[in-house]
Amino acid sequence: MNRIVERFAQLKRDGKKAFVVYIGAGDPNLDATRQLALAFDQAGVDILELGVPFSDPLADGLVNQLAAQRGLESGTTPPKLLETITSIRKQSSIPVVLYIYFNLIHKVGMEKFIADAARAGVDGLLVLDLPPEESDNYEALMSKAGLCHIYLVAPTTPEDRMEKIVKRGAGFIYYISREGVTGMQTQVASNLAEQVAKIRAHTSLPIAVGFGISNPEQAKAVAKEADGCVVGSAVVNQIAQHGKSPELVGKLSAFVKSLADAVKTI
Amino acid sequence: MSNVAAENLPDAQGHFGPYGGRYVPETLMHPLQELEAEYFRAQHDPDFQRELSYYLREFVGRPTPLYFAERLTKDLGGAKIYLKREDLNHTGAHKINNAMGQILLAKRMGKTRIIAETGAGQHGVATATVAAMFGLKCVIYMGAVDCQRQELNVYRMKMLGADVVPVHAGQKTLKEAVNEAMRDWVTNVRHTHYILGTAYGAHPYPVMVRNFQRVIGDEARAQILEKEKRLPDLLIACVGGGSNAIGLFYPFLDDASVKMVGVEAGGLGIQPEQHAARFQGGSLGVLQGTRSYILQDEFGQIQSTHSVSAGLDYAAVGPEHAWLRDASRAEYTYATDDQALAAFMKLARLEGIIPALESSHAVAECMVRAPKLGKDALIIVNLSGRGDKDVAQVAAKVGLQMPK
Repeated sequence: MNRIVERFAQLKRDGKKAFVVYIGAGDPNLDATRQLALAFDQAGVDILELGVPFSDPLADGLVNQLAAQRGLESGTTPPKLLETITSIRKQSSIPVVLYIYFNLIHKVGMEKFIADAARAGVDGLLVLDLPPEESDNYEALMSKAGLCHIYLVAPTTPEDRMEKIVKRGAGFIYYISREGVTGMQTQVASNLAEQVAKIRAHTSLPIAVGFGISNPEQAKAVAKEADGCVVGSAVVNQIAQHGKSPELVGKLSAFVKSLADAVKTI
Repeated sequence: MSNVAAENLPDAQGHFGPYGGRYVPETLMHPLQELEAEYFRAQHDPDFQRELSYYLREFVGRPTPLYFAERLTKDLGGAKIYLKREDLNHTGAHKINNAMGQILLAKRMGKTRIIAETGAGQHGVATATVAAMFGLKCVIYMGAVDCQRQELNVYRMKMLGADVVPVHAGQKTLKEAVNEAMRDWVTNVRHTHYILGTAYGAHPYPVMVRNFQRVIGDEARAQILEKEKRLPDLLIACVGGGSNAIGLFYPFLDDASVKMVGVEAGGLGIQPEQHAARFQGGSLGVLQGTRSYILQDEFGQIQSTHSVSAGLDYAAVGPEHAWLRDASRAEYTYATDDQALAAFMKLARLEGIIPALESSHAVAECMVRAPKLGKDALIIVNLSGRGDKDVAQVAAKVGLQMPK
């Protein structure tokens, strides 16, 4: 069974919420990514989202843009990232999702990219700029490879469109809690419960909420309403600060654990 | 002969054959659908069209002349050359045709804030101008390198009341300005309209911008028929994103005898990162909302570009051009920085017209083609903009000195 599906099933049985962490792959380098993945698995992270560095990340705020730049500067390419995931797989079964811009897939071809990702041990893809309307045979290829194609729902998505999207998704639905690019926010969107309820009316897939969640209180507040919460920029920001420190993994592990603990105490 | 116009592209999803489409983050999908619906309503609304024609005539100064370039014709010794004088529009380029159309649409949609990207600054100036005229808030994103090389236009935009935000990411030119404008739009989409400046991006932008720019070709076609009692043999236009070129070409697509050539920026020559000629060194990809030819490396990372002209210095080309090229309806070539500079000086000296560096690429191609055609052949060159913004840069490049 796909590791994402399996993890959500387990969490449901345990009555727990999912804690998803996003980091930029290859930031500050791919060996650090490998070490962080293993440490996060121990710290209570349920799903790891790896941002594949792209030259033009137009859905990302400054924190994640800079991470992508560091990833590119450290020589991170999709094939090298897949090698890193293969090596993570030798020690961990943490579900891994690639957060990626479509051109990186398009360049090598959908079929080859998906087959390579599946072979390396990737569990899902979240393609930022590939809406269902342009997906062609993406969903079929993903299902055939045993990978989850994760679709996004935004606050601007009207309900009829939401219904169509969530019926086609797999793994989980990623609800973007606010309009904007990725980045840290001081407040959780006020209409979150209402929006999550709307999505839930149309799907039995788990719903994870992300974009802007930056501290344990917010993580907890979001996890209460949804099936999981995603923290990205706040973690990436810590990597930016400690990237060159020998204590990078220890510091990040402690930070991520504080968030995981908040989500798990609901 | 092809029947590309008869195919009535794009299709309902914004595809021109394998090109175009709508590749954007989910937050923008519904706003783009709303924009599309409103645009097609406006397109068929006589009141909207009347209002647009009124402002194009009274404010922009249309129609622009189709000018017989007599001395250039004589100098090149071949085909008879006409210049479509888009440089004579208010604000100095074709960009305002589209900016005017889109701001009327934004008003119709009740948007209160306007954003735009700009490369050479001509689209930014056009947008800042129409925003000032209708009293809407305006923010222009411009690469930091372009802010420097097109300083005059930065001042113009500021004088018109726009906020100019320099973009420091990547190579600090047009592509990064588009990224930043899209980030702003994703964040403020409920009350903000993004006036994209070229026939590029997610559906409906390529078709909408083309339709707002086709006034160039519609006028040119009527004007040449009046002056010469026949259609031209060749149309020449520069291609960055491709809006001035598609604006000129589109009304002639069904005229099988009319050849068309788009001129990309050859920069320092066709080597990686030295040019912006997507049809020379590019391959099929997806960037900033659409599928087209882009300059990218083996992994799909977008490559740096170079052109002396900020308006052509862009890694991707409009999807309809990719389609016209596949259909063999239009041909695409390039002019280098040096060719463009030479054409810039030649037009200034022979015709008393200082062209934009972008448009100079079209003039450069005309200098190659005109001598090879007979004296009875007719060429229309789209003079998409004037070169005031470029005088400091060109003076430095060709070594002009201030008199002592």
